[in-house]
Amino acid sequence: MIRAFSLIAHVDHGKSTLADRILQVCHAVPERQMREQYLDRMDLERERGITIKAQAIRLNFPSEDGSVYELNLIDTPGHVDFSYEVSRSLAACDGVVLLVDAAQGIEAQTLANLYLALEAGLELIPVLNKIDLPAADPERVSAELSSLMGVPAGSIFRVSGKTGEGVPELIEEVVRRVPPPKGDLEAPDRALIFDSSYDNYRGVVTFVRVRDGQFKARQKVRMMATGSVAEIEEVGVFAPTMTAVERLVAGDVGYLIPGVKNVREATVGDTITDATRPAKEPLPGYREPRPMVWAGLYPTDSDQYPDLREALDKLKLNDAAFVYEPETSQALGFGFRCGFLGLLHMDIVRERLEREFDLELLITSPSVAYEIVTTAGEILSVHNPADMPDPAAIEEVREPFAAAMIIAPSEFIGALMELAQERRGELKEMHYLSEQRVELRYHVPLAEMIVDFFDQLKSRTKGYGSLDYEFVGYVPGKLVKVEILLHGNPVDAFSAIVHRDRSYNYGKRMTEKLRELIPRQQFDVAIQASIGSRIIARETIKARRKDVLAKCYGGDVSRKRKLLEKQKAGKARMKQVGSVEVPQEAFMAALRLDDK
Amino acid sequence: MTIRPPSTSDTVGRGIYVHVPFCIVRCGYCDFNAYAGMDELAHPYVEALISEIRHRSDEGPVATVFFGGGTPTQLDSDQLGRIIDAIRDCFDVAADAEVTIEANPESVSRSKFTQLLEAGFNRVSIGVQSLSPHILAKLERVHSAERALEALGEASAAGFERRSADLIYGTPSESIADWQDGVGRILETGVDHISAYALTVEEGTPLHSWVGRGQMPPPDEDDQAMKYEWLVERLAGAGFTRYEVSNFAKGRSWCRHNLNYWQAGEYLGLGAGAHSHVSGRRSWNLKSPQGYIAKAPEVEEGFEVLGAAAAAADAAMLGIRLSGGIDLGHFQETFGVDLLESYGSPLEELMGRGILELEDGYLRLSERGHLLGSQAAMVFVSPLSELARS
Repeated sequence: MIRAFSLIAHVDHGKSTLADRILQVCHAVPERQMREQYLDRMDLERERGITIKAQAIRLNFPSEDGSVYELNLIDTPGHVDFSYEVSRSLAACDGVVLLVDAAQGIEAQTLANLYLALEAGLELIPVLNKIDLPAADPERVSAELSSLMGVPAGSIFRVSGKTGEGVPELIEEVVRRVPPPKGDLEAPDRALIFDSSYDNYRGVVTFVRVRDGQFKARQKVRMMATGSVAEIEEVGVFAPTMTAVERLVAGDVGYLIPGVKNVREATVGDTITDATRPAKEPLPGYREPRPMVWAGLYPTDSDQYPDLREALDKLKLNDAAFVYEPETSQALGFGFRCGFLGLLHMDIVRERLEREFDLELLITSPSVAYEIVTTAGEILSVHNPADMPDPAAIEEVREPFAAAMIIAPSEFIGALMELAQERRGELKEMHYLSEQRVELRYHVPLAEMIVDFFDQLKSRTKGYGSLDYEFVGYVPGKLVKVEILLHGNPVDAFSAIVHRDRSYNYGKRMTEKLRELIPRQQFDVAIQASIGSRIIARETIKARRKDVLAKCYGGDVSRKRKLLEKQKAGKARMKQVGSVEVPQEAFMAALRLDDK
Repeated sequence: MTIRPPSTSDTVGRGIYVHVPFCIVRCGYCDFNAYAGMDELAHPYVEALISEIRHRSDEGPVATVFFGGGTPTQLDSDQLGRIIDAIRDCFDVAADAEVTIEANPESVSRSKFTQLLEAGFNRVSIGVQSLSPHILAKLERVHSAERALEALGEASAAGFERRSADLIYGTPSESIADWQDGVGRILETGVDHISAYALTVEEGTPLHSWVGRGQMPPPDEDDQAMKYEWLVERLAGAGFTRYEVSNFAKGRSWCRHNLNYWQAGEYLGLGAGAHSHVSGRRSWNLKSPQGYIAKAPEVEEGFEVLGAAAAAADAAMLGIRLSGGIDLGHFQETFGVDLLESYGSPLEELMGRGILELEDGYLRLSERGHLLGSQAAMVFVSPLSELARS
């Protein structure tokens, strides 16, 4: 009598609110403890209105058919950065409820999630949510869904997560249509880790779906991908709080504490099996978490460097996708080069660091990791321009591409095509969802996606466009490293890997910007942009011509001294690049070049 | 024949400064201790000043006396005369002392100059600032260009042999021609001294807020540099010697009073907000005229005592502004500090960049370095620690 299912939706289509109503219908939480979006644990998630970590809850639902069903509700994350996590959550389910906002209609992540569910071969129940909204247009949205999924419009459920209307009926439908699990109790034990979190006292807590066999405390287990071996400390279910049980058997969804101290030893997508009688094959779909977006994180106050290191160490314990390495920048001092799944992930990490660890951080403009094939035939992964080999030693540079799915009202096609073209995008497919809404599929270099692409998309579609993207692979490209030289000295913080067609532009923009930002010195300073030994842009900061206090202030020497002291203090705060003095603000402004 | 400008070792001797804080209007660029519309305080202020003079009386010699402001000529000749008499009474003022008064064109006349001469002044410094009407308006000066030239003529006719003109250059919208034409007309008056100051935007002035609000562009560094370089050449051609960054004298008619400041000499400052430097002690008087009048003759507001190192650093910071430079041997004798040893590497860097020159034991600004004097003077101060941390 087990039903494992998930809610999937575009961001803000009301998933968490509906989950709350389902909990209420099943009397899972006493009324007085019911908070909005009960399943979103972290404060941060609550504030941003998004869910980061999938959660699984066991509920008892007394159906109209007289039986009491055990529902396992798996709440999936709902943002583009996390499609891998979504797909792992779905792999733990037997069916999904596809939620669509009755006012907004189908959006990019609705489609992306739908395809993930179809790929996983899951039973799909389309539902219109927010039917209580005055702007709701259930007829139009039903028609869209109907033509997309090939189901009769009349069969599409209509609910309101806010008022609870239609929710009991929806759960009945889930019980009827989602198939019971088909696991083998006798086969070698296998459980899929679909999420994990870190608890200061208990270490890593994994969320698992048991597919075959059973798991209990003190059992020796092995993680099939990472190879780490551990002894289970506890198994249990979320009912809705953590409740230990004697065993988790095939079909069950619950938690398993494997007694490891680092989430890296029990990563999402891995299969847990018995250490002495291991399964032959892991469950399908494991992927090494791969950071796609890189940026430098620096404490604004260099005294906070040790605190930052400690915070990163802690954060890494419960974020398997987050990586970092120490980095030193002439401009910014000591910091870390950090890898993230995507921009949202980056934002969340930064916010957690600032909030939970009370740090003030500067984050440099993000970049991606390139693959470089050397003339010696080696393949290097380079995520820091400083690590780029000499042009003469490079056979080929490959850059990561994203498949982007954009859904918007059709009147914006022109604007979207223009944007995609500016970003070196290649149109792959165009498809009308209805007369008014169009779906565009592009391949776009990831580097072009991560710099305000989403903001641009929103502004060029007056907020109506939506986006989903995922990494598709590396493609060889004409990519070069542009270095910026100040008075002949390269400045690490300003070099960048850019497309050759953009290199001149980048060089010109950067040198011009720096000419404005760097004060005049005692000598002429050349600012050059170069590719290898070729100079592609040049600006000159003319030597300072006049810097002298005009008057003698009637014998007020203290005042004259103070003015000079102040000036000297300003000079002392500047960073020395060779013989050139550069104010910290100039570095910051230039590194935020793309913010404009 | 070129005249060698004085260095730090051509010392002048002790000076007395008298501050008169009254003005007809307060100009937009001015950040001196000056007030408009306080003329009714003139009488009690003079009384207070005389009481301070008597209070601070001593036996030591005085080489120069300088009345500055504000506008000292806002006081009438009798009042000015009484102050000078009090100073002569209370101090040993040398017979050949240089006694200067600053004047603004609107507050003088032929007869007033005659009275000033009779009162004992032998040098006058006139605030001309500019001879372009649109610049005078911008600077909020109340006199015309013609009036300024007339005043210089009246001073000469009254018998002042030593006349100086104060000029301001590089005000936004001042053309090169405005500047060159103005300097030419000043030279025609036969002045023996010119002080030329680049317009600076001082905090707390109306000019500062005009620039801050974008009502006026800030002065342009290149424009000011160009005008300065032109001036140096033009004045050299007219027989003037530059002896300090902003000061030019015909022949040897330096302003000895100001020279003493740059030589880190001693001086007594009398009047509201005036600064004194006596035996390694810098002190300053209460700034507001009302406060000064109320407290006289005990008017000192604060002081700092310089340690040996600080005194040496101040002396170097001031002395480097002199075109004649710092006499390194004399400096070491006076302060016990070998500058080349104490500040070796920053000084060498500045020499390498052609900002400073070292010649025959004199350390001085190069021609180009005169415009970068702060870069050199900065070597001798320490950065403000609280700023360095922020």
